[in-house]
Amino acid sequence: MVNIKINNQSVQAEQGQTILDVARSHGLDIPTLCYHKDLSPTGNCRMCVVEVKGGRFLSAACVTSVWEGMEIQTHSEKVMKDRKLTLEMMLANHPQDCITCDVSGECELQDLAYEYKAVAPSWGTKGTRYPVDSDPNPFIRVDMNRCILCRRCVEACAEIQVRDVWGVAKRGFDEVIVAGAGTSMLEARCESCGQCVAYCPTGALSNKMNYGMARAHQVKKVTTTCAYCGVGCQFDLLVKNDKVIGVQSNPDAPVNGMALCVKGRYGYDYIHHPDRVKKPRVRRYLLDGGKKNREGSPWDWVETEWETALDITAKKLMEARDNYGADSIGVLTSAKCTNEENYLMNKLARQVLGTNNIDHCARL
Amino acid sequence: MAGLAASFGSGAMSNSMDDVAQQAKAFFIIGSNTTEQHPVFGTMLRRAVRFRGAKLVVADPRRIDITEFATLHLRQKPGTDIALVNGLMNIILEKGWEDKAFIEERCENFDEFKATVMNYPPEKVSEITGVPVEQLYEAAQIIAENKPTAVIWAMGITQHISGVRNVMDLANFQMLLGYMGKPGGGVNPLRGQNNVQGACDMGGLPNVYPAYQPVTSEEAQAKFQKAWGATSNLKVGAVVTEMMPGILEGRTHALYILGEDPVMSDPDTHHIRKALEAIDFLVLQEIFPSETSAYADVLLPGVSFAEKTGTFTNTERRVQMVRKAIPTQGDARDDWWITSEIAKRILAATPQRVQPEAPFAGWEYRDASAIMDEINVVTPSYAGITHARLEKGERLQWPCPAKDHPGTPILHTKALSRGKGRFMPIDHVPPAEEPTEDYPFVLSTGRVLYHWHGGQMTRRAKGLLEIYSEALIELNPDDAARLGLNGKNRVRVTSRRGSIEAQAWVTDRVPPGMVYANFHFPEASANELTIAALDPVSKIPEYKVAAVKVELVR
Repeated sequence: MVNIKINNQSVQAEQGQTILDVARSHGLDIPTLCYHKDLSPTGNCRMCVVEVKGGRFLSAACVTSVWEGMEIQTHSEKVMKDRKLTLEMMLANHPQDCITCDVSGECELQDLAYEYKAVAPSWGTKGTRYPVDSDPNPFIRVDMNRCILCRRCVEACAEIQVRDVWGVAKRGFDEVIVAGAGTSMLEARCESCGQCVAYCPTGALSNKMNYGMARAHQVKKVTTTCAYCGVGCQFDLLVKNDKVIGVQSNPDAPVNGMALCVKGRYGYDYIHHPDRVKKPRVRRYLLDGGKKNREGSPWDWVETEWETALDITAKKLMEARDNYGADSIGVLTSAKCTNEENYLMNKLARQVLGTNNIDHCARL
Repeated sequence: MAGLAASFGSGAMSNSMDDVAQQAKAFFIIGSNTTEQHPVFGTMLRRAVRFRGAKLVVADPRRIDITEFATLHLRQKPGTDIALVNGLMNIILEKGWEDKAFIEERCENFDEFKATVMNYPPEKVSEITGVPVEQLYEAAQIIAENKPTAVIWAMGITQHISGVRNVMDLANFQMLLGYMGKPGGGVNPLRGQNNVQGACDMGGLPNVYPAYQPVTSEEAQAKFQKAWGATSNLKVGAVVTEMMPGILEGRTHALYILGEDPVMSDPDTHHIRKALEAIDFLVLQEIFPSETSAYADVLLPGVSFAEKTGTFTNTERRVQMVRKAIPTQGDARDDWWITSEIAKRILAATPQRVQPEAPFAGWEYRDASAIMDEINVVTPSYAGITHARLEKGERLQWPCPAKDHPGTPILHTKALSRGKGRFMPIDHVPPAEEPTEDYPFVLSTGRVLYHWHGGQMTRRAKGLLEIYSEALIELNPDDAARLGLNGKNRVRVTSRRGSIEAQAWVTDRVPPGMVYANFHFPEASANELTIAALDPVSKIPEYKVAAVKVELVR
């Protein structure tokens, strides 16, 4: 253990802990942009600077370890001024288009600029430096004009997805994030998991499928479990006007944390597909009382009320049971449905029909 | 699952994904295309290899994506897994790397098992599997020296006529090395669908009631008779791969299908279509018209996961909430409501069937959580799992036998579920269909990252379809050259059962003599070709090996 002082208050910390870790564990807020708890700290954005007594420069709290006797000021006048300058430098090279930006309201740069009253300086760049929506990936919208070079995308791809699609090219003012060696994302072997979007603090990387559809304060978030594979990832469905318009990582997800795959994050649009069956259907022959006929108009679908469709279903299942015995009925339950639904299918087969002929696609 | 149940007394993933990814010193992946089929778990394994230095041995005929991270990739011939695993165990015994104390204290039947393994010396195994002898030694050494190694598999192991025996042999493997019941070890079959574990747990199987209480047990029958006021007989029912042929044989007259698409997902599509044409009555409860709905007499609109409340159980036995986010679409209804309404109608017409005083004779459910309350009473492993606890944020993995029980992340920590683990002597059996002069290629089948199973959901997801828009047949460059594929990349693949045409993806992911196809697209579904040869115990079809010929489409 080491003894340190933060803002004149004595605090005990573990050897090797960073200033940021210690401060946050004591409920002290130090602002960050490039830092994310899931990723290795890089110390490149300078937002988390603090004043350490005796130090010649301000120190980046995310990469500076505490030592015995360290005295830290997290919000001194010098620190606040420096942070504001850092923000102004970022804003100097960032489009002033929050009013139309998709992530306005959940943009970390915007929040900090607001907090520190930072505005774009008059000497900033004018116009766009990079093409807007520059990558053909069907899910991920790339606008490098909004990038603040925090490199979370580079790290998320390397450390969470372990795919190394993103990298940093050029130096100085020309420094830019690129996919592969300046190719498209898919050419750089992107798996379209969207981890880079989830970790991007600004609108540089956002989602194409719901671009322009809703901002953070306009959606309802509902935490649920993915319906594709057996890993059991959880995420938030974003709902606006009773429609699912997106999927967002939920950092508290037990299995996956922020990570999702391409199907989980972007494979949701089937929910509102026009092909959805929205009313019960029965073949015409069933309404006419005729015999089963798979040809022509007797085989046409007719939309009915629930009463009709359910009555026919019950009658036909009973007919099979009465004519050929309960074991002439097969029940296929579903590995896509819930436990509760599967339990009822099991109860229906065994209690109501009296057969053990129940199975699902576990084998397939 | 049948294989693990025989060896250990419990058929499920023994460890948690997080535990495996964090604790294992090495991974042995055999028959799992992890990064494409369980992508987020796949990334956990990549992280373990890159950042923690975990070793990775992959045994797969195809050069699947995860092999990029492999310390060693064994490319066994399809359908030779038992020979491969026996060969590795032979080397482990030769070198004295087995865990003698674990075998002595916690297992039985070792001598009989050992006698069988002795018949698999490395040279013979190399001949059967096509894996070089030195690679066999290297793999055995990596796995034996990195304690513990987690074995991970999926359908590449189970979808063979020897599927159950493949699984038992992997159970042998982990017992031999003493890797059972330990963090970072264990047997880890990855379940394919979001709730295949739960569908099994809930009695969606012909041989068991919820929580694997056997239907052949008079005790279990009496228990459910008492709970429900009526139940089924003591005879094991038919599996899906028996129900379908049963239609043409006059045994199956009616089918009630919930959210499945057997035309796409069952083997030998032609035969399935013939069967469904002949059924007396088919009721299908679905969200989309599917390949199967063409044969349905009644189509009942259920709802997607975004419209329902309930629970899914993932591959590591973790029960998690599914929450309703949007209203049901159109006049669709909750799937549990539909099933209840059918049940109520049948019981109303035949009230004498059920003793009405039984506590769960009725079908009046307020909501999904009321159904879970009933599950708690009749399903011992779920007795303590309630919606209220999950909503409070509790993280529960079954077995969870009481309302104050914290759940069970790792099975078999003290003793294996059946007491002692049983070594099973397992011999190699060749696949049901091997290449011949007329059908010289081996076909293996599966899914790809961008699509899901029969494709009803993902073919309706615009971006996924944009990235992967049609069926592709993976074909080795040498074979492509021999067939004269020269820019004209369309091929016809034909088995004894059917034929499909699709674009070839010329790639060394597959070795010469092998092709790989998926079943996501009805116009070129691999299941037109697959054989309905079943494992005798699990009744799982051999999707992973069929003999085909490949021709250039001119």
